[in-house]
Amino acid sequence: MLFFLVRRAIAALVLVFVVTSGAVLLAGLSPGDFASQIGRRAEDIAQDRHRLGLDLPASQQYMRWLRRAVTFDFGESFQYQQPVSGLVRERAANTAILALCALLVATLLGIPAGVMTGSRRHGLLPRLVRGLSLILLSVPPLIGSLVLVTIAARTGWLPVSGMAGPASFVVPTLALALPIAATLERLQSQSIREALQRPAAMAAASRGIPGARLVWHHAWRQSLGPLLAIYGVIVGSLFSGSFAVEMVTSWPGLGALMRQALMMRDTYLVAGCAAAGAICLAAGVLAADVAHAFADPRARGAAGRA
Amino acid sequence: MPEARPSVVAAAVKPAAARQSGGALFAMLAAFVIVAPWLAPYNPGRQFDGYPYARPMRPHLVDAQGSWHAPFAYPLRLVDPIERRYEEDRSRRVTFSSDEPWFLLGSDSLGRDVLSRVLSGARLSLGVALVSTLLALSIGAFAGAAAGYGGGWLDAALMRIADVVIVLPAIYLVLALRGALPIHLTDAQVFAALVSVLTLVGWPTAARGVRGIVLVEREAEYAEAARAMGAGSWRVIVRHLLPATRGFLAVQATVLVPAFVMAEATLSFVALGFAPPAPSWGVMLGDVAAVQVASESPWLLAPAGAIVIAVFVLHSAGSGRDPLLWGRRDT
Repeated sequence: MLFFLVRRAIAALVLVFVVTSGAVLLAGLSPGDFASQIGRRAEDIAQDRHRLGLDLPASQQYMRWLRRAVTFDFGESFQYQQPVSGLVRERAANTAILALCALLVATLLGIPAGVMTGSRRHGLLPRLVRGLSLILLSVPPLIGSLVLVTIAARTGWLPVSGMAGPASFVVPTLALALPIAATLERLQSQSIREALQRPAAMAAASRGIPGARLVWHHAWRQSLGPLLAIYGVIVGSLFSGSFAVEMVTSWPGLGALMRQALMMRDTYLVAGCAAAGAICLAAGVLAADVAHAFADPRARGAAGRA
Repeated sequence: MPEARPSVVAAAVKPAAARQSGGALFAMLAAFVIVAPWLAPYNPGRQFDGYPYARPMRPHLVDAQGSWHAPFAYPLRLVDPIERRYEEDRSRRVTFSSDEPWFLLGSDSLGRDVLSRVLSGARLSLGVALVSTLLALSIGAFAGAAAGYGGGWLDAALMRIADVVIVLPAIYLVLALRGALPIHLTDAQVFAALVSVLTLVGWPTAARGVRGIVLVEREAEYAEAARAMGAGSWRVIVRHLLPATRGFLAVQATVLVPAFVMAEATLSFVALGFAPPAPSWGVMLGDVAAVQVASESPWLLAPAGAIVIAVFVLHSAGSGRDPLLWGRRDT
């Protein structure tokens, strides 16, 4: 297990190197830079360029940045004139909180709903939940957050933007969580139905074990494998989803920072954001794999080899 | 590392049904993309004077006197420009050929017909997604086949590149690539830029899957028979091995098209994709980014509805009557 973690950590470091180098090189090679914004005098532009080192060729800019980066100094943001690492850390924490809340809500909604629809086939409630899931699967976070913001604004029940107090979490968390909850519901429904059809479940039922205990105690534990396997995938979709949600709800997260940095050609900040995104994603996938390995002994070998 | 991380839905999609419906659906979507702008009642850029934020005008069949007509609406008149209050004129009827406009889905801030813009926008939004998907799958199929069939250094190199792209957060990758291009581009340039960026992000998962299938299939007897009859590698790959990946590619398509529709919408929404006045769905959603606009004129969310319908159709095609999504009916 330790060997596996160390390997993953090294892979993450390589990833960060590739991502940041890519971002800095890409920015150096592409036309326009931070200094050349519209409506500025030519001498101001030249002066800024010189001060920020933007007048050097792309390869030299990259080497200068790299020399500092190996000491974990990722440079200063042009627009904020603050170290990139501090800015990114704060914003990445906001994104991570949002993502964790969404994951929690999605799990708490999706899993019980899936167990319910999977173990009870007939009746109104399972049908309703199943239909709702199918619709929510097709409502990506960008659309979900726009609709929820509209509803919140029309009714005045909830704050629609920013990050202040628990109430401000509701709209972005739901927009992000609902499609994932729907996915979990469908998967859980399928896998609990399969678990209930196994001979072991039938044997337990024939011993007279009551329905609820049969579902939750016997079948549910067996059905968790495919569900935990999907969490690594979900972490990735949380990321792209949270970018859209951050834009709509003005959530002060990593995505919003990166977009702003891109528009301003704030090269080192872009690189920092990209790196933070890659680290968060790698960490999320790793956490999902470890959880999977703990819950399902069969996955342990696979995780060890990865 | 995960073998492929295309989307959450990928896990919920099975190949069998998609193989049957995937190609047909792709053709239908392509046909819709070509035809949709012609179905638009008005030019998507046409601004009707005196109709800012007009509400949707309900179709009627029976007029106030109780006589039947072809579908029509009652014309609107702006009575209070500040509160944007409209009054219906029950004495006259309008159709799509009248001088006065019939906004079936309302109008936007400049008095443009939302329905016409949504229909015309299909060409940009779905068009980008379809072309990118086609390119990503073609490149992925050939890269995967070359890697799986050729093996050796080619395999190693292609799969390392694919792995790096797969583990990156897709949206940040798309953003960074888009950010490296000039911010202001013409519509055609944006189309090309988005297609290249999305293709770059999309090919690796397809390549990985195709490689896996080719690795198995190249050992199959039919492939050996083809080689024994003197077929070259190229012929074996194109004639014999790639057809075996059709089902997988069809499923990939039902995953990639919705993802790319969303990518276009997200990028245009944050002003890094198409720019106004282009009628792309993302650009139109950008109009409702201001909370007040959305809450006063909710019909401007129409492109969101279009996206949900498109995604829903593709997801259902991908899953078909797959038990995972529809619930099994056999027991």
